[in-house]
Amino acid sequence: MSLDGSLEKLRREGHIVIVGASIAGLRAAETLRAEGFTGTLTMIGDEPNEPYDRPPLSKQVLLGRVPVDHTRLPRRRTVDARWRLGVAATGLDLAAKRVHLADGDAVDYDRLLITTGVRARPWPQELEAELDGVFVLRTSDDAARLQRRLNAGPRRVLVIGAGFTGSEIASACRERGLEVTVAERGAAPLVGALGGVVGEVAASMQREHGVDLRCGVTVTGLEGDSAGRLRRAHLSDGSTVEVEVAVVCLGATRNTEWLASSGLGAGPRGIACDAGCRAFDVRGIVTDDVFVAGDVARSPHPLFGYQFLSLEHWGNAIEQAETAAHNMISASSDRRPHVWTPSFWSAQFGVNIKSVGVPPMADEIIVTQGSLAERRFVAAYGFQGRIIAAVAFDQAKWLEFYQRQIEQAAPFPPEFATVDRRPEGMHPVPAEFPDPSMPSHGPTVTLSGHSPSERRISFTPLRA
Amino acid sequence: MRLVVDLNRCQGYAQCAFLAPDAFTMHGEEALMYDPEPDDAQRLDVLRAAHACPVKAITVEDLGGAPDGEREATHVA
Repeated sequence: MSLDGSLEKLRREGHIVIVGASIAGLRAAETLRAEGFTGTLTMIGDEPNEPYDRPPLSKQVLLGRVPVDHTRLPRRRTVDARWRLGVAATGLDLAAKRVHLADGDAVDYDRLLITTGVRARPWPQELEAELDGVFVLRTSDDAARLQRRLNAGPRRVLVIGAGFTGSEIASACRERGLEVTVAERGAAPLVGALGGVVGEVAASMQREHGVDLRCGVTVTGLEGDSAGRLRRAHLSDGSTVEVEVAVVCLGATRNTEWLASSGLGAGPRGIACDAGCRAFDVRGIVTDDVFVAGDVARSPHPLFGYQFLSLEHWGNAIEQAETAAHNMISASSDRRPHVWTPSFWSAQFGVNIKSVGVPPMADEIIVTQGSLAERRFVAAYGFQGRIIAAVAFDQAKWLEFYQRQIEQAAPFPPEFATVDRRPEGMHPVPAEFPDPSMPSHGPTVTLSGHSPSERRISFTPLRA
Repeated sequence: MRLVVDLNRCQGYAQCAFLAPDAFTMHGEEALMYDPEPDDAQRLDVLRAAHACPVKAITVEDLGGAPDGEREATHVA
């Protein structure tokens, strides 16, 4: 039988298994069917719920405007899959091509797609994490629990970590009229993802909306009463805050533990794959039949010197899933690289924040349109003389233009004329990103690996 | 009915908020908040909103999504 024949056989009657039944897994399944895969498809997910959308959880759902069960994802088409929901994958046997499940069952595959994503990093002190009133927010069950508690009207909510999730939660609490303290280790909210200049804008937004924002501090302890209910938090500056609810927003952990002894190139920073979404094994050899997509993937990006990018972005999960699914059932010459330009959004304190490119790579920033003080602006980020990212506050319509500049490696500072250029937009200033080795809630982009443009090995220590 | 908005694509034109105000509302000047599963009574308004979106950011399941039978099957572990 020719190799082409075996691909046809795979497309016709093969067995594809997708581990991870969130948005990446679902969109991959739909793509496989749309591209003519008629074999058996099995979807495995540790959550009991059918695939749902996470971004509304920290916004509409927390505000109480939309019930949590309204977030189930619309289907693009029938996927005709065997669903194994509520059962986690616990192991992978690469030689036998078999996935082991928590209920003792095993599923054999011809091709495997891993889309296990990330989970919320819990509060590190286990006993404190168990206190009644300590929450994380990642799943729909998390959102339902937190929303119920906010409905009860706690006297004060503590948000630990002012990344995007933490800031959105603080925003929702203030909108509901709840008192909020935000504790952030960095110099400002969003500083890991957007840098200190834009972080200062986020800080002023929070304070103006009545958030008790405390930067440069960590929470050293959570204290409960005799009934095990959270009562107060201790901060590193010696102060204490009386709180009934604490939401731990310290970033995410990649769901790769189940692959620990599999021989796949999987670890705390994700699963390494090539630009075509094929996973690497621990020897650095690319596998033929294991693919990876979404938050759990680390893939080399041509726009960014082929450095490995891990992106916790909604749009990346979808695009990478579509590419992985296409490549899984295509001949080598028909495969596509995953070259999505990183993009994300956040809505907080009534402001629409959008980003394209990779801001944390930048060394400089320039406000090319509007004004930081008005919280209505576009800022371009530069790295080694080229534009590498752009961020807009309530100026979404311009970002597509900036995306094209990034994709063309246009020079920085930008040479183009812009609408509404102010005096502050005449000269770039340092972008003020924190030292990447400092533990934080984690930016939504992680860069790692070899950078051919600099001809050196760059190593980013594991974040706590 | 189920829907999802690609907010990377959305540029805050607010056509949807005008045409189907029970499903789509603006939050501040250009951030969109929406109900991903609005009541079926709003179906026509929501479809109009999806068609009117200048950047085609709104995906509605009824425009070629899964039949109810398959959704039921997804509840079986």
